Amino acid sequence: MLGSDSTGSATPAQPRQRPAGGPQPVRVESRPKVQPVTRQSPGLEQFFGTMRERRGLAIIDLAGLSQANVSFITNLGHTIYSDDLLQSLDEALAHGGADPRMGTRFLEQSLPFREPGFDGALLWDCLQFLPPAWLEAGVERLHSILRPGAAVLAFFNADEKAAAVPSYQYRIADQRTLHLTPRGTRAPAPYFNNRVLERLFHRFATTKFFLTRDHLREVLVKR
Amino acid sequence: MSMWKRHKEEDEVYTPKAAPAPPTTADLTKEGIPMSTIPARTFGPEVPRGGALIGKSVVIKGEVLSREDLTVDGEVEGTVELQEHRLTVGPNGKLKANVKAREIVVHGTIHGNLDVTDRIDIRKDAKLVGDIRTARVVIEDGAYMKGNIDIVKTEVPKPAAPAPRPPAAPAPAPAPPVATVDPGKR
Repeated sequence: MLGSDSTGSATPAQPRQRPAGGPQPVRVESRPKVQPVTRQSPGLEQFFGTMRERRGLAIIDLAGLSQANVSFITNLGHTIYSDDLLQSLDEALAHGGADPRMGTRFLEQSLPFREPGFDGALLWDCLQFLPPAWLEAGVERLHSILRPGAAVLAFFNADEKAAAVPSYQYRIADQRTLHLTPRGTRAPAPYFNNRVLERLFHRFATTKFFLTRDHLREVLVKR
Repeated sequence: MSMWKRHKEEDEVYTPKAAPAPPTTADLTKEGIPMSTIPARTFGPEVPRGGALIGKSVVIKGEVLSREDLTVDGEVEGTVELQEHRLTVGPNGKLKANVKAREIVVHGTIHGNLDVTDRIDIRKDAKLVGDIRTARVVIEDGAYMKGNIDIVKTEVPKPAAPAPRPPAAPAPAPAPPVATVDPGKR
């Protein structure tokens, strides 16, 4: 596991595109072949570490509704805003493709807030599956709805040569442990290295990376 | 011939017979007589036996105020209020309404904010868009929700500690017993 702190630069980010053959992050297989996984998540531990001894915070969870996440977060005394971003993304892409105007509409519907009202966001692996044209607008929107000091946890595939990227539903078992329930594989997302991620989150105060053994790059960002 | 015969019948003394026994369930089933005209519901065993039902071909626009448990398998647009009772939204149920209830079980679709004093059961095919304020939530895998969940912890009132009595004061009369009703129990 690697860990590093950095502040972002002001250059707009563009994730490196994979070779031709379908950059659109559409689901390629609905029947999961990957097995359920239990993994330790240092990013998750630090995410909740930032809110230690605080109660009544508002947390976004984009993994889809689950008893585990709702119970864990509400037992800490926080409220949870739940949505399944990948399901909404699949529906949006099926209706209008990856047109940038559709992206704006999708983000307005997925995060329909005008004011900064959230203290944390669990994005899991959703962000990497957004069409590249929607990505910057997505991060910008996220920035606009988070309060200063809010933490964001996001996962990115760290295997540059992967032919397909497994997608999961993330269930919180405890402060450091996640159960990953497979929900099929998707076409390879654009590859995000540390530099690309720093640029992507350039409006945020700090970015911290955790490269784990299972080719999943955990990123903790603070607003 | 027929006259004689009819006369003979008239002469017969009427003797009352015992009332025929009501047909048994087996008889009815054999004859194909329907036992009930209420169509079987696919979410049968969990639907409360009592209470009101808004069937799947019913559309209501406006305020629904119920003083008994209610099952909605049709469409309701407006508001639904069952302060002390349970709302069940069946698999065909579609609500575009803010709901206040003691308990909600969702198999269908709700667009609106839910204010639940006891608990909400979100079943696997449920689809919820709106905010939930509840004391307890039970979620089945597969359900979809977009909105806030705010768990309101209901504080159980602790019995007041007996105040130290001055030795000279007369003993207070015992307080009358207070009946507590647990709305969660049925």
